[in-house]
This record gives sequence, structure tokens and C-alpha cells, in this order.
Amino acid sequence: MTEVALQAVELVRRIEGAVSHTLVNGIDLAVSKGEFVAITGPSGSGKSSLLYLLGLLDAPSEGEVMICGQPTSKLSESDRADVRLTKCGFVFQFHFLLPEFTSLDNVLLPMRAAGRMAEAEMRERGLALLDSLGLAEHANKRPNQLSGGQRQRVAIARALANRPEIIVADEPTGALDTASTEQVFSILRNIADKGQTVVVVTHDPALAARADRRIHIVDGKIAEITERGRGELVCEAVS
Amino acid sequence: MKLLFNIAWTHVSTRVRQTLVGMAGVSMGVGFTIMMAGLMQGSQIDFLRQLVDTMPHITVEDERRSVPTQPAEQEYAAVQMSDIANVGKRPGIRYSESVMSSLRSWIPGDVAPSAKTTAIVNHGGARIGITLSGIDPRREVQVSKLATQMREGKIDDLSRAPNGIIMGEALAEKLGVKTGNTVLLVGGQGVQLNSTVAGLYRSGLKRVDESQIYSLMGPAQVMMGQSGVINQLRLRLNDPMLAQKVAAQVEAQTGYKSVSWQEANADLLSSFTVRDFIVLTVMGAMLLTSSFATYNIISTITHEKRQDIAIMKSLGMREYAVRRIFIIEAAIIGVVGILFGWILGYLLCYGWSKITIFNPLTGATVPLQIYYSLAHYVIVGGISLVCCAGAAYFPARKATCVHPVEIIRGAS
Ligand SMILES: Nc1ncnc2c1ncn2[C@@H]1O[C@H](COP(=O)(O)OP(=O)(O)OP(=O)(O)O)[C@@H](O)[C@H]1O
Ligand SMILES: [Mg+2]
Repeated sequence: MTEVALQAVELVRRIEGAVSHTLVNGIDLAVSKGEFVAITGPSGSGKSSLLYLLGLLDAPSEGEVMICGQPTSKLSESDRADVRLTKCGFVFQFHFLLPEFTSLDNVLLPMRAAGRMAEAEMRERGLALLDSLGLAEHANKRPNQLSGGQRQRVAIARALANRPEIIVADEPTGALDTASTEQVFSILRNIADKGQTVVVVTHDPALAARADRRIHIVDGKIAEITERGRGELVCEAVS
Repeated sequence: MKLLFNIAWTHVSTRVRQTLVGMAGVSMGVGFTIMMAGLMQGSQIDFLRQLVDTMPHITVEDERRSVPTQPAEQEYAAVQMSDIANVGKRPGIRYSESVMSSLRSWIPGDVAPSAKTTAIVNHGGARIGITLSGIDPRREVQVSKLATQMREGKIDDLSRAPNGIIMGEALAEKLGVKTGNTVLLVGGQGVQLNSTVAGLYRSGLKRVDESQIYSLMGPAQVMMGQSGVINQLRLRLNDPMLAQKVAAQVEAQTGYKSVSWQEANADLLSSFTVRDFIVLTVMGAMLLTSSFATYNIISTITHEKRQDIAIMKSLGMREYAVRRIFIIEAAIIGVVGILFGWILGYLLCYGWSKITIFNPLTGATVPLQIYYSLAHYVIVGGISLVCCAGAAYFPARKATCVHPVEIIRGAS
């Protein structure tokens, strides 16, 4: 049995209001260290909502998210921020880089916020990260001087900055062309192969097929789980 | 912190014009407020200095604060008496010499005796009621500025002329007399005394100059009909601000009514208090208004940077850290604005001090008195900085408490 990096237990997220709405409706999931999981499902099925919960960006209405075995539901907002800073890296469909800063400064941002390394050490790591994603010559460019694919790679480098155990990405290739999509996906694959845990939401079935496990979500529930190379493995039927 | 400062600097330095407007707002508020403070305090201090210089700091009179109660009143609660004159008491401060030497032993200043009475001065057809104070020239110089206020003659001339007196220039003008002329003084008891004008003074306070005459002890006591009486002690302190405290102590020790200059001028000082209050309110309002430009800028920046705020929060930066970025921005605007405001304030004060006005008290054209004080700069700067930080705090709090998921959902 491999080490579990990320675990969801009976996860529920409800929006209370005039019309109450359940975005995530009782999800159980355990992702091992170094695993690459793809989440698929129709639009509006709650994929993003689930990802925000797994990345501690949002708090569940019920249930528990465990990061490296640590329960998180009782943490304060600022403690959750600390966990995000050091244990979870985010990549969104939109790059969300700070427009006034260079690629390097954007990558350095989480490291500087954590403040655990000397400036020189941070710069070295930042440059190495950019280099590993093929961005060495773009380190001093601002986001508006980069292409969409390059920006998304900078965003990935930023997500990796503090060596998080878990990387979550919400349609990171949604706005990219085929070549860039291929590039971004192989980078994420690489990250997982090196031992970090990756959870990606994607609409592209071809890409999802390259994940270790594919989790299909319908109406906030897991409809089916497919493991690579073993065909379909129905875990929970739609009720 | 360095990171936050970096981000803050990036935000303000990419908005040069807005930032400059904010700084100019702060500068003007600070500059004008410092100018006002210097002018107001300058004129006030100038006025008080003249007042304090002219008057004794504490006057001890041979009166009690309240009429002594009658023995019957002390005994029976129901007894009420009216129209009772206290008769048979010799006026004056008893054992004044020993009282003075005992006071001299502890008061931070000096004390001089005088014999004060009222009289009417007659000259030609004019009859004017005045206050006559018999003084001891040697001791007088210790407690009053009379010596420096002399326009003609000297205090010592009092003993050279027969029944010599010194009067205010204003009174002399009214009576039409000059140094060396003789006037007739008529006392309350009907005593008449031909006096020679030995000198003229000008204190700057009109009510003093028109009604206060000085003579030696002898003539004043003759006018009173009480030889040898000292009915007033006048104290001058090294620090006039201690007058109230010392007066209370003197009164407790001697039992005689001791009036500090503050008490004697309570009406004037209370009008100062009202004036101070108004001025402080206006200055506070100016500083507050001057920080509105800052409020505006920070509101704009936080609004434009909603997405950046969401990113920073989603990356795991704490809310207060993100909020601090905007406070730092306001502080940058504030600090630079305040520095220029200080310069502006100093220049304005300097400009005003070059303007001269006619002073009716001294009859001279003098420059406007400006009070330069480091405290003005520090306090005005401090308040302005707090206003700027406050102006930034509210929009920053509003913008940073938004949940990042809301914005991330909205943007993608
Ligand atoms: N604040 C909200 N209030 C009400 N409903 C919401 C709110 N946020 C999301 N929803 C709804 O919750 C459902 C799940 O949204 P979510 O963004 O998780 O879907 P998704 O699977 O990521 O869809 P897509 O593939 O289009 O990104 C949607 O039907 C959406 O309309
Ligand atoms: Mg989505």
C-alpha cells in the first residue's frame, strides 16, 4: 500500500441561499503520493468545486480533506492559507500571474511569502524551475510579453515553487493550442513521475487517458473510476 | 515584508500621476496645517508674553476669599445676617516683611511690596480716576518690567522729584501733561497731593497705560491715610506657567487672597481655549480632507487589483499580509507627501514672517509672529500618516476579505 497524499472523506459542498445547491455531493477519494489523477465530467458537474475543496481554497460543508494524513476541516482560515502556501500548488485555466512582475518574480512570490530560504537560494531555485520548463530565456519578461503556453508554464513553475506535495490544476490547458497542451501535460506527467501528487481537471478524454486514474464526476458524485491499463473499474454507480 | 513592500512599490510606481495627486493632497494638507499652527500659536504666544510681561505673575491682596462669617451664624443654622460691615480692621498685609522673606525662601522667583489705592488725578479741567501704586524702586525691578517700559525718565527719578509719579504715556496724553509737570492727586479720604510727573511708561496694555500710576510708598500711603501700610505683594516667577500652583500655595501659607495672572485673565484665557478648540478642529478636518485623495487611490488600486488579491490569497498569502500591501502604498504616498508638506509648511511660515502688521498695543509695525516648533511638524505629520493609513485600511479590508474562489470562478 502506497502512502496517501490526499484524501477526501464524504466531502459535501452546499451553497445555501434562496435556492440551495449541492456542488459536491459526498465524494470519497484517496490519492497516493506520486499519482496522477484526472477528473473529468460534464460542464457544471462540480469538478472545479471539488478541486477547490481538495486544494483547501474552499471549505467543505461536511466531510474532511486530509493532506498527508492531516485533517484540515478544523483549521482556521489563516492556517489553511499556510497549508496552501507550502503543501498545495495551484494552476488555473487562466494563468493568474501578477502582471507587473517578471516571470522570475512571479515564481519567487510563494517562496518569498513563505520566507524560508535566502534570497540567493530562492533565485537559484526559481531560475532552475523556469529552466526545467523551457523558460530560461523568458525569466525577465512580463506576462504580457509571453505566449499563452509560456504563461501557463510560468504558472506551473510558480505552483511548484515551495515543493508542494500536491499540485492541483483546473483545466490548465483549456485555453491552449494542441502543441502547448501536449507540452503542459507532459510537464505535469513528469512532475507526478518525480513523486509529487497531481490532480488535474480536464475536458480532453485523450489527455485524461494518460493519467494513472481517471475519475468521472456527474452531479457532484463520482460516476466511475478508470485505472490506466486496466480498463473500466466501476467504483460507485450513479444512484 | 520586503515582498509586500515590493508589490506596493510596483503598484504606486506604475501609477505615477495618481500617486502624485495623492502626495500633493497630503502635502498641501500638511503644509497649510503647519502654517496655521505656526501663525495661531505665534500670535497667541506673542500676546501672552506681552500680557505676562506687563503684569505681576501673582498678586497677594489684603483680602480674604469670602466674607468672614459672624459668630452667631456659626452657632445657629437658622440665623441669617445681612448688611454687616466689618469695621475696625486695619487694612494691609500684617507683618509683610516677614511674610515676604518667608515667601522668598521657597518661591521660584521674587516678591515686592506695594501700597495700592485709588485716586483721582486732576489737571486743568480733566479729572480721571486712577490706581496709584506705591512701590519700592529697588525691589520693583525684581518683579516687573516697569524699568524696561520707561519711555521718559527712570524709576529712580521717583525719589528726585517732590511726590514724584510715573504714569502711562496714554494717560499723559489724555491729561496733556509732560515730564516735569505737576498734577493734583485727590485720594478717597479727601487727601490732596501735588505730584510731579517724573517719568512716562508704556506697557502695551491700554487699560494699564490709561489708569495705572506709580509713586514711592510714602505718597501712596498718605493718599490712603494709612502710613506704613503694605496692602499688596506682587510676585514674579521664573516660569510664569507655575503661577497657578504657586498662588495656591501662597494663599494656603499666608491666608491672603493670591491671584495668579491666569485667574486675573480667566476670561481672556477661556476665549483662547475656545479659539484653540476651533483651530484644532479645522486643522484636523484639513488633514482628514487631504487624505481623501489617498483614499481614492487606494480604492482604485484595490478595485483594479481584485484579481491579484485573489491570486495572492489563493497562493497562501495571509489576508492581513495582502491588506498590508495597500497600507504600505498609502504610507509611501503619505510619507513622501508629508516630507513635501513639511517643506511647504516651512516656506509658508517663512513667507508670513516677512509680512509686517501694525500692532496697536505697542504702536509699532512688527512682523507677524510665527511660532516654529518641531512638535508641529511631528504631530501634523503623525496625524496625517494615521489619516492616510486609515484611508487605505477601509478599502483594503473590503477588497481583501473577498473569498478568492469567487474571483477565480468569475475570471475563468
Ligand atoms: N456560488 C454559486 N452559487 C450557486 N451555484 C453555483 C455557485 N458556484 C457554482 N455553482 C454551480 O455549481 C455547479 C458546479 O460548478 P463547477 O464550477 O464546479 O462546475 P465544473 O464541473 O467545474 O464545470 P465546468 O466544466 O464548466 O468548469 C454548476 O452548476 C454551477 O452553476
Ligand atoms: Mg470548472
